[in-house]
Amino acid sequence: MPPVTQEYEAPDAATKAARQLETLEETTTDLVGEKLVLNMGPSHPATHGVLRLVLELDGEIITKADPDVGFLHRGDEKIAENMHYNQFVPYTDRLDYLAPLANNVAYAMAVEKLLGWELPARGQAIRVICCEMARISSHLLGVGVFAMDVGAMSVFLYTFYEREKIYNLSELLTGARFTTSYTRIGGQIRDLTPDFIAGLKKFLDEVVPVIDETDALLSKNAIFINRTQDIGFISKEDAIAYGMSGPNLRASGVDFDLRKAHPYLGYEKYDFDIPIGAKGDCYDRYLVRMEEMRQSVRILKQVLANLPEGPINVAESKGLLPKKEKVLMKMEELIHHFIIATQGIDVPPGEVYFGHENPKGELGFYIHSKGGGVPYRLKIRSPSFVNLSILSKLLPGHMLSDIPAILGSLDFVMGECDR
Amino acid sequence: MATITVQRPKLAWHEKWFISPFIKGMKLTLAHAIKNLFLLIGRKEKTTMEYPEQKWDSHLPDYYRGAPALVTDEHGRERCVSCQLCEFICPPKAIKIIPGEIPSDDPWAKVEKRPKEFDIDMIRCIYCGMCEEVCPEQAIFLRKDYAITGTSRAEMLHDKKRLYEIGGKRVGLVNKWNELK
Repeated sequence: MPPVTQEYEAPDAATKAARQLETLEETTTDLVGEKLVLNMGPSHPATHGVLRLVLELDGEIITKADPDVGFLHRGDEKIAENMHYNQFVPYTDRLDYLAPLANNVAYAMAVEKLLGWELPARGQAIRVICCEMARISSHLLGVGVFAMDVGAMSVFLYTFYEREKIYNLSELLTGARFTTSYTRIGGQIRDLTPDFIAGLKKFLDEVVPVIDETDALLSKNAIFINRTQDIGFISKEDAIAYGMSGPNLRASGVDFDLRKAHPYLGYEKYDFDIPIGAKGDCYDRYLVRMEEMRQSVRILKQVLANLPEGPINVAESKGLLPKKEKVLMKMEELIHHFIIATQGIDVPPGEVYFGHENPKGELGFYIHSKGGGVPYRLKIRSPSFVNLSILSKLLPGHMLSDIPAILGSLDFVMGECDR
Repeated sequence: MATITVQRPKLAWHEKWFISPFIKGMKLTLAHAIKNLFLLIGRKEKTTMEYPEQKWDSHLPDYYRGAPALVTDEHGRERCVSCQLCEFICPPKAIKIIPGEIPSDDPWAKVEKRPKEFDIDMIRCIYCGMCEEVCPEQAIFLRKDYAITGTSRAEMLHDKKRLYEIGGKRVGLVNKWNELK
C-alpha cells in the first residue's frame, strides 16, 4: 500500500499562536523571552501513572517536550529468562493492567506459535471472548478518563460502573477480578461456565446503552469539541514513521488492524469493521475508540451465537500437565506431572515474534529459545511505549493546557510502557 | 477489509452554544441521580457497597483465588507430603518448605513425609493459583479470603500452624493413601 499523502491546513489556535510568537520573539529582549523548564509528573493526575514530561515553555506554548519513562520499570523481560514459560503468565497480567486477559492471551499465543500448537475451536473462541472483553474494558476506561481529563467528570463514573461488571465477569471466568492469569501455554485454566455465558449476554445488552449515553454526553458537547478537535494532530506519515499502533494509528487514517491483517484465533470468521479516523486529532481518537467498542460487542455476540463445543486445551500428549484426577491415582501420570512441572514445556530452539492486537495497540512478544523450559530472551514490544515516543514531536506548538487532552487521547498505561 | 471512517456529528445551531450540551448533560445526570435514589429507597442492589459491613463474598465463585491454605482430610491427616512442587512452581517464590519424616509409630507412617515447616509469605504471594494447580495431593487450596492484612512482616508470614488453621478440614478429596499399603 503506497502511502497516501493528504495535506491539511493547520487551523488550530495553538499553532497559529506559536507562529505569531516566532515573529514576536525577534523583537523581545532576552529577559522577556526566557524559556521556562517545567516538570510535569512523575505523579500527575493527567499522566495516568508515572510519566514525567520535561517541558520547555515559552509563555504557555510548549517549545520542547521530553518524555521521561522508566519509573515503573520492574525488569519483566529479565524475570522471564529465569522462569518457565507458564510461570511468566502472572507477570503478563501486570503489563497492561487495564486489559490483563488480552495480555495473557498474547503471551500464550506467542509461545504456542513457537511450539507450532493450535488450539481447538472452543479454546480459540474463549480467547476471542477474553480479548474483546478486555478491549471493551480498556476503552471504557480510556474514554472515561479522557473525558475526565478534559473536565467531564460524570462520563467517567458511568463508564466505570460498566467496567465493574466486566470485573465481575472475569471473576466468574478466572476466579480473580484483576490479576486473571487465565491462560496457560496450550490452553486455559478453566472452561466457560453457564453463569458466565448468561452474564456476558446480559452485559452485552447493558453496555450498548452506556456507550450511547457516553456518545450523547461527549460527541456533540461544545466544550469537549473545543478541547479536542484540531488538537494533537498526528499525520498518517508520522503515525507510521513513529511505529504507532492500535486505535491511535487508525485514528490517523491508516487502515491497519492485526485482527484483519494477520488473522489469528479465527478472527477471519467474524464479521466486524475497522473504524478509521479522517484527520488524526484527539477527537478522532475518541471516535475510533467508541466505534471499536461497538465492534467488540458485535464480535462477542457472534462468538456467543455459535460457540463451538469440545476441548478447550491442546491434546494433553503434547506436554501439558496431565488431568488432576489421573495424577491423584495413577503412578504413570504422577511421574509425568512431576517431570512437566519441574522441567517445563520443552520448547524447540528458535525465534518467534507474535503481535497481538491489544486494546492499546500491537502487543508483541519476541521469544528467543535455545530449547528447554526457559526462554533465552523475551522481548516485550509494548504499544504504550511506542505510542508515547511521538510526544516529543507532537507536543511542541501546543498550549500547556492541551497536554491532558493529548495524553488522555493517546490512552497509555505506564505498567506496560515501563514493563 | 471492511473499514469505516468515523463520522463527526454535524452540530445543530443551538448545539454550538455551551448551554445546550450543558442542559443535556444535566438531564442525563439527573436521570441517574433519580434512578439511584429509587434504588436507595427500594433497598435493591445499589451501585456501591459499604465495604466492611457489606461484602461481595456471596457472589464469589467456588474457584475464587484468595489466600492459599493447607487442609487436612476427614481422618485428620495432613494432606501435604512435602513434595515441594508448589515451592518450585511458585512464581514469586513465596513458599518455603522444610520436609520432615513421619515417625514409624504414627498411624500414617506409610506416607513417610510431611512438612516440618511450611511458610507462605503473604507479602510475596500473588494469588495466581499455581500451587493448587500442581499439587499432586490436593493439600493446598486457594480460599475465598482476600483481605489478608497484618501490622508486621512476621504477622504476614503464615506458618504451618496458621495455614492449617485457615484451611481447616476438607472432605471429599481423593484418599489414595487408604488404599495403598
